[in-house]
Amino acid sequence: MRLLNRSAGRLSRHRRGPIAGLVVLLLGLLMTGGLYAVFAPAQANSTASQDELAKEGRQLFLVGCAFCHGQNGEGVLTQDGQQYGPALTDVGAAAVDFQVGTGRMPMAVPGAQVPRKEVVYSEDEIAALAAYVASLGTGPSIPDADMYDPDTLSSEEYDDYVTRGGQIFLANCTACHNFEGSGGAMPRGGYAPRIRGVDPKKIYEAMLTGPQSMDTFSDGNIPPDDKKAVIAYLDRINEQPSYGGFTLGSLGPVSEGLIAWLVGIGALVGFAVWIAAQTTRTSGKKDGADA
Amino acid sequence: MSADNGRKTSKVASTNGTEPATPSRSTKAAGAVANWADDRLGLAKATKGMSLRKVFPDHWSFMLGEIALWSFVVLLLTGVFLTLFFDPSMTEVRYEGSYDPLRGVEMSRAFASALEISFDVRGGLLMRQMHHWAAMIFIGAMMIHLMRVFLTGAFRKPREVNWIIGCLLLLLGTLEGFTGYSLPDDLLSGTGVRAADGFMKASPVVGTYMSFFLFGGEFPGDQIIPRLYSIHILLVPGLLLALITAHLILVVYHKHTQWPGPGKTEANVVGPPLMPIYMAKAGGFFFIVFGIVAMLGGLFTLNPVWKFGPYDPSKVTAGSQPDWYMGWPDGLLRIIPAWETHLWGHTVSWNIMIPILIMPPLMLMVLIALPFVEAWVTGDKREHHLLQRPRNAPTRTAVMAALVTFYGLSWAAGGNDIIAIKMHLSINEITYFMRAAVILGPIIAFIIARRWCISLQRHDEGKLLHGYETGVIVRSPDGGYAEKHLPISETAAYVLTARDREEVYSPDAASDDAGVAAPGGRVAEVAAKMRGRLSTLMFADNVQKPTAEEMHESQHHAEHELHELEHQIAAGPNKHGPTSDH
Amino acid sequence: MSDESNIEPAHGHEGDHLPEEPIANPGLPPHEPRPTDVDPEKEKRAERQVAALFGLSAISTVLFAVAYFTLDVGDNWSTFGSLGASTVALGATLGLALLFIGIAIIQWARKLMGDHEIVEMRHPAYSEEEDRQRALADLKIGFEETGIARRPLIRNSALGALALLGVPAVVLLRDLGTLPGDKLEHTIWGRGGQKITTVVDGKEVTVTVPLMRIARDAIGTPILASDLEIGDLVNAQPEVLFNPERYYVDPSEVEGINLQINKSKASLILLRMEPDDITPGKGRDDWDVNGIVAYSKICTHVGCPISLNERTTHHLLCPCHQSTFDLANSGKVVFGPAGRPLPQLPITVDDQGYLVAQSDFTEPVGPSFWERDYDRDRFGDDD
Repeated sequence: MRLLNRSAGRLSRHRRGPIAGLVVLLLGLLMTGGLYAVFAPAQANSTASQDELAKEGRQLFLVGCAFCHGQNGEGVLTQDGQQYGPALTDVGAAAVDFQVGTGRMPMAVPGAQVPRKEVVYSEDEIAALAAYVASLGTGPSIPDADMYDPDTLSSEEYDDYVTRGGQIFLANCTACHNFEGSGGAMPRGGYAPRIRGVDPKKIYEAMLTGPQSMDTFSDGNIPPDDKKAVIAYLDRINEQPSYGGFTLGSLGPVSEGLIAWLVGIGALVGFAVWIAAQTTRTSGKKDGADA
Repeated sequence: MSADNGRKTSKVASTNGTEPATPSRSTKAAGAVANWADDRLGLAKATKGMSLRKVFPDHWSFMLGEIALWSFVVLLLTGVFLTLFFDPSMTEVRYEGSYDPLRGVEMSRAFASALEISFDVRGGLLMRQMHHWAAMIFIGAMMIHLMRVFLTGAFRKPREVNWIIGCLLLLLGTLEGFTGYSLPDDLLSGTGVRAADGFMKASPVVGTYMSFFLFGGEFPGDQIIPRLYSIHILLVPGLLLALITAHLILVVYHKHTQWPGPGKTEANVVGPPLMPIYMAKAGGFFFIVFGIVAMLGGLFTLNPVWKFGPYDPSKVTAGSQPDWYMGWPDGLLRIIPAWETHLWGHTVSWNIMIPILIMPPLMLMVLIALPFVEAWVTGDKREHHLLQRPRNAPTRTAVMAALVTFYGLSWAAGGNDIIAIKMHLSINEITYFMRAAVILGPIIAFIIARRWCISLQRHDEGKLLHGYETGVIVRSPDGGYAEKHLPISETAAYVLTARDREEVYSPDAASDDAGVAAPGGRVAEVAAKMRGRLSTLMFADNVQKPTAEEMHESQHHAEHELHELEHQIAAGPNKHGPTSDH
Repeated sequence: MSDESNIEPAHGHEGDHLPEEPIANPGLPPHEPRPTDVDPEKEKRAERQVAALFGLSAISTVLFAVAYFTLDVGDNWSTFGSLGASTVALGATLGLALLFIGIAIIQWARKLMGDHEIVEMRHPAYSEEEDRQRALADLKIGFEETGIARRPLIRNSALGALALLGVPAVVLLRDLGTLPGDKLEHTIWGRGGQKITTVVDGKEVTVTVPLMRIARDAIGTPILASDLEIGDLVNAQPEVLFNPERYYVDPSEVEGINLQINKSKASLILLRMEPDDITPGKGRDDWDVNGIVAYSKICTHVGCPISLNERTTHHLLCPCHQSTFDLANSGKVVFGPAGRPLPQLPITVDDQGYLVAQSDFTEPVGPSFWERDYDRDRFGDDD
C-alpha cells in the first residue's frame, strides 16, 4: 500500500498541504511551461514592434497562405462563386494562433473539416502571421495567460470556477463535445473534435473565434471570466482520478455495451466451455459423442 | 492420428482410487443432520420428486441460462446493498458532498445519494458498477440462452410453455434494466426518461394522459423517480423471481434436453448427477459469474454519473444512448423517416410509434409465436428431448439469422454517431445505409444461412457415405491424383444420423396427416395451402440422412476403396499410411 | 450404470412408418477413468491444486478487507496511477476471491469427484390417462354442481359484477397526476406582456408584465442584442427563471421542480447569422433582430435538448436521433426522424436594447402528442 500516490488523487486544492501545493506548482510549471514557451503570445515580450512583426508576417503569408486566402487576405472565390479560401480581414490574431498553432492551417487537403495535425510554423512565425492578419482589420486578439490559465486562480477561486464552469460546460459544450470532451459526430461527416487535454489557450481561442463549423462564443455570449471557468472545469476533470476504473474512452453506453458483451459475456461463455469440457481420459481418446 | 481402437475396460472400481470404503466421520455427521431434518420435515420424501442424483447433461451451451440466473442473483445482492443508501426522492437539494465540481449545484436527492454512494460509501461505487454490469450481462445472457434454445430446437414440445416464460423474462429484464437506468436522475438517464415521455405522448388517444399520470403532472414532475423505484425494486423483481422459479421447475420437470449420441435416446437422459457434480459445477459457476462481475465493476467505469451532472431538461451530451439492450429500438428511432400524420385535429407520430410502440412488442410476439408456427407447419405432435444441430433445421436457423441480423443492424444504427466519429463516416450516409440494410440485411442473412446449413448437411452426408478427407494424396497408376477418404467412426456416424427424417407436408395428400383440419371451409383450405408452402420452404431442400441401404452400399464401396488404397500404399514409396480401419 | 436395453429410438405414440435407421444406436461407451482416478500421484496433485485455489481466495478476501480499511474515498481518494484505488482494489480482490472459489469448486468436480455419467429415464410430460380422466371428471362434476350452465341469470350477473370491479382499479389511478389541460401548449415565455393584477404597497393594481428578456443559460444574465457577433450561438432561458420578481412571479414557481418543468419547455437557442442568410417564413418577417433568431431547444421528435449547430450551414443536429433542422429557414427538418420544424420564438429588443420575446411560442414545443392540432397554431406553417 506504500505504492499509493495519495497526493495525486486529492480533489480539492485548498485541502492540499503546502508541500503538495508546491509539487503541483512545480509540475504545472514543468508541464505547461514548455507549452507556453512554444505558444507564448508574441506581442507580450517580443522586442520587435508590431509593424515590423506584421511586415515579417506578410512575407510568410504571401508564401504560405495567399494562394487560398488572397494576396491581402481578402479571400478567394472559385469560378462558380464558391468560397475557396475565406477572407481573413476580420478574423483577428486569435484565429490565426488557433488555426496555425494547432496545425489545422495550412490545410493539407481541402475538405469538409480540417483535422488537427503537426504544427508547420515556428512560434515566432505564428506570432508574425497573427500580427499581420490582425493588422488587416478587427477581430479578437490572442488572449493573455490570466484570461484562460486555471493555474492563475487561487485554490478557493479554483473550486468556484470549476463548479460554475461545469454548469456552463454542460449547457453549452457537451451537446457536441460530449460530457468529458471526447468529441462527437456532426452532420455529413463533420465532427466535434476531442477537447480533453487540449492547451487551455487553444480552448479559449476556439470559443472566441469559432473555428470551422463551430459556433462562436464571443465575449458578449459567454463573458471572459465564464470561459475561464469552463477551462478550469476541463482542467479539473482531466486531472481528477478515474474513480471507477478504466474509462473506455468516455464515449457513453455504446462502449460500455461492447465491453459487457466482449469481456463479460465473452469470459463467462469461455468459463462455461471449460466447465462442460470433458476431462482428460486415461485412454487418451477423445469422446466421439461430443463431435 | 488416432490410437488403437480397442476400448479399455475400467481398471478401477467406481470410487476414486484411494478413497476409503468405510464412511468417514464427516459423512456420519452429515447423516445425523439429515436424519434430524427428515424426522421433522420429511425431506427425503421430497427427493422422490427431484432426486439428488437427478441427471443434468453436460454441454457448454446448457450453461448460458445459468449465466443469466447467477447474474440475477448478483443483481439481488448488489441491489439490496444499494437500497441501503439510495434515496429515491426528487426533492431538490443543494449538493454539499465530497465531489467538489458539483458542490453547491441544485439536484434531486436521488442524484445526491447516487453521488454519495459513489464517493462517500467505501465500495459503493464498486457495488453501483457491479449492479449495472450484472444487469447488462443478465439481459445479454438471456438473449444468447434464447438463441441456443431456438437454434437447437429445445423449444419444441413439451417445452413451449417454458419458451413463453423465457420470452417474458426477457421483456421483464429489459423493463427492469430501463427503470434502473433511470433512477440516478443524472443527465443521461434523465434524457432517457424525457425520450420515454415523448414515446408515451406519441401513443394515440391516451398518450398525453399516460404521461401526465406517470409523471404526476407535467414532465418531469417530482414523482417519476419514486414510482420507477417501486417498480424497479418490488414489482418487476417479484415477477422476475416468480417466473424464474417457474422456469426452473419446468426444467426439472421436463428434464434437460440432450445432444444425440451413443446411448442417448428420446426416452432417457445421460449425464452427471445433480449431487455432487452438477451442484459443484453450477455452484462454482455462480462464484465465477459473481467474480467476473466484480472484476468488471472494479476495473471499468460504467455510467460515471458525476460527469453527467444532475438532470436538467436544457442540457444534453453527445453520445446520448440508452444501455445496449434498448439500443435496437433507439436505432430504429434514428433511422425512421420523418413520418407524422395530421388527421382531424390530431397528430399521429409514426416516427415514434413504429420504432418504439410497434416494433418491440411485435418482435416479442414473433418470438413467442415461433414454436407454435413451426409446430403447425411440421404437424409434429411428438415430444422432443434430443436436440437438433442448427444445420439440420436450415430454415429455422435462417429465421434466427434473419432476426439476429435485423436486431444487430438496428442496434448498430443506435450507435451511428459513435460509428461516425470512430470510423470517420458521415452520420447521414450511415443512416441512409441502415434504412435499406435493416430490410435487405435480414433477407440476405436468411438466404445465406439457409444455404450454408444445407451445404453443411451435404458435407455431413459426404462424411457418412464417403468417409472423411485423410489429406493423403494418392497417385494412381495412370497418373491421376486423388485424395483418399476413410470411413468415420461408428460413434461419429451414429451422431450424424441421429436425427429425424423430414417429410414435406402436401395439402393434397394430407388425408393421413394428423395435423390437417377437417375438409370444408375456405379458411382451412387456404391455411392448408400455406402450410404446404411453408413446409416446402422448411424441408424440401434439406439433405436427409442416408437410408440403411445407402449406408450399406457406401460401406461396401469404401471397403473396396480402402483395400485398393492399402494395396497402392504397399506398392508405392509411402509406407507410413494408416494402419487401422478406425 | 446404463441399462442398454432401454436404448431404442423413440417416436412418441405415433405410428412408426419410418425407414430403417442407417446406424443402430451403439449404446453408451464404457466409462474411462481420469488420470486422477488411477494415479494416486496425480490425485494428490489435484487435491493440492484445489486447496491452493481456496487458499488464494482466502488471501484475496483478506486483501479486500485491507483495501477497504486503508484506501480513502470521499474528497481525498487514494489512487493507483490515475484510477480510483478503492474501486479498483476492492473490485479486483473481491473478483479474485470469488473466481478462485469458483475455479476451485469446478476443478474439484472435474478432477476428484466421482465422474460417472448416469442414465435416467424420461417420462412423458402428460399425466397418466387414469389421472387425466379423473381430473376431467372432477372438473365436470364441479361445474355441474355449481349449475352455472343451467342458471344463465346468475352467471351473467356474476360476470357483470366482476367486470365492473375493473372500474375501481382504473379510477384509483386518477390521482396519479393532474390532467394535461392546455399545459403543453404554453410556456413561461408567454408571461411577458401579460396584464395581471398584483398587490403593490397594499393596493391592488393592474400592471403589464415587461416582455420576457432572454438570458444566458447557466449564467443567468440578460443579453443585449449588440452583445452578439455573427456566428454566436447562445443557449438561453427566459430571464424569469433567474429574476422572477421582475415578472411578478413568485420565486417558488421557478424553483425546484417548477424550474425543471419550465426549462423542459422554455429552453431556447439563440443564433446570430448574416441577415441575408435568413429566409423568413410566412408571417415571420419581423421575428428576427438583425440576424438574431431564436428557436426552441427541445427537439420535436422525442424532446431531447438540441444545440449541435453547424455555424457554416445553420443546421442544428439532435444528439439523440440526429434530426437536423435548418435554422436559417424557419427550423425546417432537413434530415432525420423529426416530423415538424423547430418552433421559432418571435423576438425583438426592449427599450434598453435587451433581447426579448415578442410573445410565447406560436405552437406547442417539444414532441408531438395526440391532441396537438396544427390548425390551431397561431401561425400555421405553409407546408
